[in-house]
Amino acid sequence: MVTLNSYLLVAAVLFVCGVVCMATKRNGIGILMGVELVLNGANINLIAFSKFGTLGIDGQVVAMFVIVLAAAEAAVALAIALNFYNNHLTIDVDQASELKG
Amino acid sequence: MSPENYIQIGTTLKWLLTTAWLLPLVGFMIEILGGYWSDRTSKTPAYIAVGCIGAGFLLSLVALFTWVDAADMNAWSAFTGSESQAVAHAEPADHYAGEEHVHADDHAHSEGGHAEAGHGHDANAHVEHHDQPNNPLATAFSGTYYKLGSFGTLLVSLDYYIDGLTVLMFAMVTLIATCIHIFAIGYMSDELTTHYEDHQVHTSDGKHFHRNGRFYRFFAFLSLFCFSMLGLVLAGNIFQVFIFWELVGVCSYLLIGFYVERKSASTAANKAFIMNRLGDFGFLIGLMILWTWFGTFQFANTEPGTNAQPGLFQMIRTAEGDLETVGEGMDKVALIQGRGSNKALVVEGDKLVQQQIPYWLLIAAGLGVFAGCIGKSAQFPLQTWLPDAMEGPTPVSALVHSATMVAAGVYLVGRFYPMFTPEVLLIIAYTGCITLFIGATIAVVVTDIKQVLAYSTISQLGYMMLALGVGGWMAGLFHLITHALFKSLMFLCSGSVIHGCHHEQEMTKMGGLYKKMPITCWTMFIGVVAISGLAIPLLTLPGFGALSFSGYHSKDAIVASALTFTSLNPVHGLLFFVPLITAGITAFYMFRMWFMTFFGKPKDLHVYDHAHESPSVMTAPLFVLAFFAAFCAIGGEGGPLAKLILSTEPAHVAVGFSESASLSFPSHHQIHANHATAGAVALLVALTGTLLAYLFYGRQVVDPGKVKSQFLPIHQFLKEKWTFDELYDAMWVRPVHVVSSWAVAFDKNVLDWFLHYLARLTVGIATMDRRFDELVVDRIVNVFGEVTFSAGKSLRAVQTGQLRQYIMFIAVGVVSLFVMLFVFLPR
Repeated sequence: MVTLNSYLLVAAVLFVCGVVCMATKRNGIGILMGVELVLNGANINLIAFSKFGTLGIDGQVVAMFVIVLAAAEAAVALAIALNFYNNHLTIDVDQASELKG
Repeated sequence: MSPENYIQIGTTLKWLLTTAWLLPLVGFMIEILGGYWSDRTSKTPAYIAVGCIGAGFLLSLVALFTWVDAADMNAWSAFTGSESQAVAHAEPADHYAGEEHVHADDHAHSEGGHAEAGHGHDANAHVEHHDQPNNPLATAFSGTYYKLGSFGTLLVSLDYYIDGLTVLMFAMVTLIATCIHIFAIGYMSDELTTHYEDHQVHTSDGKHFHRNGRFYRFFAFLSLFCFSMLGLVLAGNIFQVFIFWELVGVCSYLLIGFYVERKSASTAANKAFIMNRLGDFGFLIGLMILWTWFGTFQFANTEPGTNAQPGLFQMIRTAEGDLETVGEGMDKVALIQGRGSNKALVVEGDKLVQQQIPYWLLIAAGLGVFAGCIGKSAQFPLQTWLPDAMEGPTPVSALVHSATMVAAGVYLVGRFYPMFTPEVLLIIAYTGCITLFIGATIAVVVTDIKQVLAYSTISQLGYMMLALGVGGWMAGLFHLITHALFKSLMFLCSGSVIHGCHHEQEMTKMGGLYKKMPITCWTMFIGVVAISGLAIPLLTLPGFGALSFSGYHSKDAIVASALTFTSLNPVHGLLFFVPLITAGITAFYMFRMWFMTFFGKPKDLHVYDHAHESPSVMTAPLFVLAFFAAFCAIGGEGGPLAKLILSTEPAHVAVGFSESASLSFPSHHQIHANHATAGAVALLVALTGTLLAYLFYGRQVVDPGKVKSQFLPIHQFLKEKWTFDELYDAMWVRPVHVVSSWAVAFDKNVLDWFLHYLARLTVGIATMDRRFDELVVDRIVNVFGEVTFSAGKSLRAVQTGQLRQYIMFIAVGVVSLFVMLFVFLPR
């Protein structure tokens, strides 16, 4: 029997993986992947609450929005990554520290 | 005169005189506006001015004849109706007395009876009415042009008041003004240029001052002056008189200061204006008293009917001309009358009583108005401005400072005569007496030809005041007219001499000029004889009286009035002897001037060689004025001029009036009785003066220089003009300087100190305030700033730019938030 807790567990694992990926990877693309994991973990939560909770269709609609936004965000982030590569010949995010205080 | 006729004649006179009055104003507007923009070498402004005043003269003449006709004067009866001078003398008083006594008390009723009485008169049949009062209001016309404002029942308006005196003054002023305007075309011709060089003004680089010619401006001011003077004469209330009085003063100021770049001229203009202000201060006080107690400024309201508001003269005098008083000392009051049988009543408590004014206030009002006359007519003690006023061009001196403006003071005393109490009249008499003596004595020693005439004017004005003051109302105004004519003549002659001698005014540089300028010399001779009061004794023409010029008759009348007054009041003997002696001095200084100027050897050949007779535009007015100076008073006191004046005489004068046993004024009858004596004595004195002048300056039997050195202190005293200027300097100017130096000291030591103290105090407070600002306020603000800055600085280290680190912070932050939620939030 697949219960709400199973969904939440999968989502939490995905979220934590995403966060750990963002916090540890120096590769820009890797960080983007982590972001996708985090977003999808959140999506699974939304879907699960729409199925087991009282959210109904709303949760699925918001999940659709998140997917669209994630696509847009990935497009922008990839453009930044390409530009960054043009300027620094690398995509190591540790090199991008011009905005430090 | 029937009532309809009365209204019709009144309207005619009103329009004639109003037009004559306003024409010069129109002229002034055109000249002052047009002249500025037009050609400086054009004589058009002069022609406009002459046209305006000339037309005014013709209108005045028509008005004069209209009035004489309406008043049924039959002015020429002296020549046609009587054979001897004695009858001619007796006739005027009788004539009017008989005529007026019919309607002495009720004006409206009298209109019908007037013509009747006038027609069938017979000089001898009315002798028993000799002392009957005159009723000038019956032949006067009053009315309102425009109401300026009303305050309840009180009314301020522009009025007119036309009687014999008004039309006579109009004719006199316009005649003289016309002559002087024409004369001035010649005299002022050197202003017809765009490059006038004033030889008396030096610029800082030592050259003469150059300016535009001001021909148009001169004539514009003359026109404005004529307008003001005529307005003064036509004015129907005392307040309006005051307005034009000031306007005349302003014109005088503008004309004296015509050569404004000359320091002496601008100073003289100021002096004249300020001296007049002193008198006008009294005038204003008088006006306030009258306004408060009578509630009207109008002279008299001659409107038929008895319900209209009465004028001042009607309120203070009964129909018979009496001044009714009650009480003694300070409690004395004068009763105020109503129109006709109506009484002026006021509610007091629960009953009606007759309105009244404290007698001393009436005296104060009279003295106040007279103070104005003192200023305007250059009487003692305000006489010092007139000689200085000779700084103006000579036509101005002739018109403004001898013939008309200075006569305004005498005119006003004459016009306002019913309001003067006997005490005021006595003061007027003494003022005139002092003035005439001072003026004459100074005239003996001055050597500037215009100054002689100026002091002579002061002296003659003193004669007029004296005559008015001793009850010789007719004599004073008679002399006003004759003097205006012969004095303007002499001033124009002196102007001709000055013009001919290229602006040389010192008589010590003239002499022998009769060959060079015969017309001026002999016209001036007529004026000199007239003012000296010479006559050929014992030679009388039927109806003409003694063979003499105008001045003899008028001065004769004055001396007769003075003699009668003194014989009634022996205490005031000076009032007869001073003018009598001065008559001799007058003849002396006048002939002295004439001899010094025209006879003897030329004293300055340069002046003599360049002297020339003036052009005909200047000599023609001399002929006209000489004619009038000689013949205007023809017939003496029975002649048309005297009769015209007499017809306007206030009701109370003819009968003689008295204040108390010690002060009584002569009646016509009494004056007439003294006439022969006074005339003979005055003539004798004048002849003596003439003879002395002839011996001194004509024949030079006695050397004036030796006499001068013998009486050097007196000569010096007179030369310094009785040291009046120095006296006023010591009395007013220097005390003012002392007081102002005190004020300066006070200012510097006390006020300035206080101000400086305040300033220092302010600086001290400001310094403390600054310290507080710096040490307290600024410090608090700085602390805030520093704390913010250091906080920011320390937080700066967090911003490493390491993306992964930020994510770690977020993760740690979220986890710690959750931990805190679990720990602190109650479940």
